[in-house]
Amino acid sequence: MIRDPRDLQRYTASERANHWMVGICFILLALSGLAFFHPALYPLAELFGGGAWARILHPWIGVIMAVLFVVMFIRFAGNNTMGAADWDWLSKIDRMVDGDDHDMPAQGKYNGGQKLLFWLLSISMVLLTVSGVIMWRSQFDFSTGLIRLAVVVHAASAAFMIGLILMHVYAAIWTRGTVRAMLYGTVTRAWAKQHHREWYRQMTGKN
Amino acid sequence: MALQSLDIAQRSATTTAMPQVRKTVEVAKLIDVSACIGCKACQAACMEWNDLRPEVGRNVGIYDNPQDLDDKTWTLMRFTEVEQENGLEWLIRKDGCMHCEDPGCLKACPAPGAIVQYSNGIVDFHQENCIGCGYCVTGCPFDVPRISKTDNKAYKCTLCSDRVAVGQAPACAKVCPTGAITFGAKEDMIHHAETRIADLKERGYSNAGLYDPKGVGGTHVMYVLHHADKPTLYAGLPKNPSISATVALWKGVAKPLALFALGAAAVGSLLHYVMKGPNQVSKEIEDEVEKEDAQ
Repeated sequence: MIRDPRDLQRYTASERANHWMVGICFILLALSGLAFFHPALYPLAELFGGGAWARILHPWIGVIMAVLFVVMFIRFAGNNTMGAADWDWLSKIDRMVDGDDHDMPAQGKYNGGQKLLFWLLSISMVLLTVSGVIMWRSQFDFSTGLIRLAVVVHAASAAFMIGLILMHVYAAIWTRGTVRAMLYGTVTRAWAKQHHREWYRQMTGKN
Repeated sequence: MALQSLDIAQRSATTTAMPQVRKTVEVAKLIDVSACIGCKACQAACMEWNDLRPEVGRNVGIYDNPQDLDDKTWTLMRFTEVEQENGLEWLIRKDGCMHCEDPGCLKACPAPGAIVQYSNGIVDFHQENCIGCGYCVTGCPFDVPRISKTDNKAYKCTLCSDRVAVGQAPACAKVCPTGAITFGAKEDMIHHAETRIADLKERGYSNAGLYDPKGVGGTHVMYVLHHADKPTLYAGLPKNPSISATVALWKGVAKPLALFALGAAAVGSLLHYVMKGPNQVSKEIEDEVEKEDAQ
């Protein structure tokens, strides 16, 4: 169903499916992981059938997420290389947050904040995957010293990544007209012109 | 499944206070290494009382059998041959859970009630609450807990909490033929150790002493060692065991702070939305695009 044929295609169907599969994995991993993060959140384990089931499922969901994340990384990395305009954008982020985007430099498909988030999420995923494998006692047998390091890295990078995703989700909600890009694939031309002027130029040939 | 005659002093993954109205006597098992003859009666008694049948191992040329603690071997005689100035010494140490006053396993455990410490000092695993994550192994400074390959639950010496609850000594202490293993109030065991240490010193072991490491708050299994200055001689008994700094960091203030920060970020986002308003496409740009379309 096409609402307006002149809307701009931002994500293909398979990109959207990839993103949401990763998203679902993230939500399941965050809920089951937080159950072990602090006793106050242990009841979350019941969502997975109890503590033992949460312990069994968490690493397998992690494997699925890691694979899907690699696919997503390959798809999106090219559009996420940081340039001078991106650092310029980031240096003015306080004004953006304050609700005034008039002076923000024109951005390509992704703005500096989105690009930075992309790389921070990628680093978090690497740390979580490597430390997670080391901690996975039912499958692997690493030394206690290494596991002690891995559990700290896993907990710290997980908390960091949950913080990043909170920011990611809020930015998508705050910037009206954004969520539909990931749900239906398209954005309005006005949306593109306002938030990603450079991308708008590329897509429409207009200024 | 707390034993009714044993009060709980600490419980894993539990942040509220434990019942502490009643006071019970702190117990301890004292292992006098100098009186041990390596007969392994304690190992046999442990299997007998606890209904454990570890797989029959193979002789690999040393006396240790099995070679390591496992889910069905909760205590193990470890034999070490040491060249000293006055000749060869054969050091035998009964290894197993030390029942730390400040247990690293309990601190690391994320499952409420899977690990408890009774007010008498015994640290016990309650397998019905265990989720099999192995964090207890990560937290233990003595490398004692073992995860079963068959049921993924953690196991270790219970200090025969079921026997102690009804006023009996642990099976290993009961069976020891030389009196190398004694059990009672911790205070009494320390007094008993002092007489043993005085005796050893008289016999020329000037470094004899009690192993009750303060780094873990003291232990409820203590050793009398003839070389208390060099505990590592005894199959690697750590000299100054303590809960690893990374485990303390992992289970310390960092996590509540991280949760607080995440909660603040979520609340902050909501406040930002209602105070600054959404980031909408400006009417100006919408009009521009509409005008282009009309042309």
